[in-house]
Amino acid sequence: MTVTAIPPENADDPSAPAFAAKIEAEVKIEPRDWMPESYRKSLVRQMSQHAHSEYVGMLPERNWLTRAPSLKRKAQLLAKIQDEGGHALYLYSAAETLGTSRAEMLDALHTGRAKYAHIFNYPVLTWADVGTIGWLVDGAAIINQIMLCRCSYGPYARAMERICREESFHQRQGFEIMVSLCQGTADQRRMAQDALNRWWWPVLMMFGPHDTASANSAQSTAWKIKRQSNDELRQQFVDMTVPQADYLELAIPDPDLRWNEARGHYDFGAIGFRELMRVVSGDGPCNRERLGARIKAHDDGAWVREAAMAHAAKRRARAKAA
Amino acid sequence: MSDVKVANDATSADDWPLWEVFIRARQGLSHKHAGSLHAPDAEMAIQNARDIYTRRREGESLWVVRSTDIIASDPDDKESLFEPAEAKIYRHPTFYTVPDEVECL
Repeated sequence: MTVTAIPPENADDPSAPAFAAKIEAEVKIEPRDWMPESYRKSLVRQMSQHAHSEYVGMLPERNWLTRAPSLKRKAQLLAKIQDEGGHALYLYSAAETLGTSRAEMLDALHTGRAKYAHIFNYPVLTWADVGTIGWLVDGAAIINQIMLCRCSYGPYARAMERICREESFHQRQGFEIMVSLCQGTADQRRMAQDALNRWWWPVLMMFGPHDTASANSAQSTAWKIKRQSNDELRQQFVDMTVPQADYLELAIPDPDLRWNEARGHYDFGAIGFRELMRVVSGDGPCNRERLGARIKAHDDGAWVREAAMAHAAKRRARAKAA
Repeated sequence: MSDVKVANDATSADDWPLWEVFIRARQGLSHKHAGSLHAPDAEMAIQNARDIYTRRREGESLWVVRSTDIIASDPDDKESLFEPAEAKIYRHPTFYTVPDEVECL
């Protein structure tokens, strides 16, 4: 049975044809437009998990703020982390247009019901990891986010455009760090190579399972949320990144990686998806620590929220009395 | 996770009203909708809007409006609400015939 924009349970809904026509015509769906309940739920899940990923994504880098090698690098890293907080907020706000609340989404994150990108469950062991994250993790995110700029839901597409504009400095910041290290001492070059060795395969897994194993892709594609397949995006990333690694004179840890003249793309080795499943289900190197840190930050920040409420109440009272 | 409590306090962001943010990029342009945020009051909404939506000096002026103050047309009424304009093509300059020799029309 072919998957279409109208799920079977909405087949008789009088509003369904207009929705399908909008999707077909590349007309955006906006917050108060009729939409299948499953479309709404699917977007709430995807957008909130995207927001959680940005939010948790601040954690792997924060330890390096006090350990950055120079003031310039510290300021750049701080700006990157601020951006990530901002991106989380754009996405939470966009998700809220679909009828969920901030408290609901954070509760799902803190209780482990909601997921976030598995990549943030890996430890950031050296300064070279910081560079590698900017270069590869943000690089992979950019490819996915460029695609999402064309998604059918208006607020998500608009949030993606804003995020894409800001994300490119993240990737350049990372690459610049790698250039400094790779053109530095032998120890620095070794550190850079070691970071690449540890991050390469987890980054390739960011694009999700192979198309043949991806259960949600068909419906997501019919709804024009997903505009390109996992394998297509992954191939795009590899093709873009290999020349960059060549420039750095770093070896990508894949003995099967080679240019395929006939295909016009790089061939690469088999991905160990079992590790992805393990990390996604909560058993990665840092899952418990990341979640613990997020919950602690939320709890430790309660006094700020209370103070803001008290401050607002005081201002209102003063305005009334005046 | 047993030694951290999951905050379920009454001072969650959900108690903060939702504000829509509009930004004027430069003098001469109108304010454009940029997104939304939660804040306890208008002044903090402006400050938060500055932090969230103008990290790169994207604007010279910020408006914040309580989302509940925005009255929106019903998307289901779109056809009937905008129907009067549908058949009035004579509101468009292209409807009119202008002789080729005549300039400045």
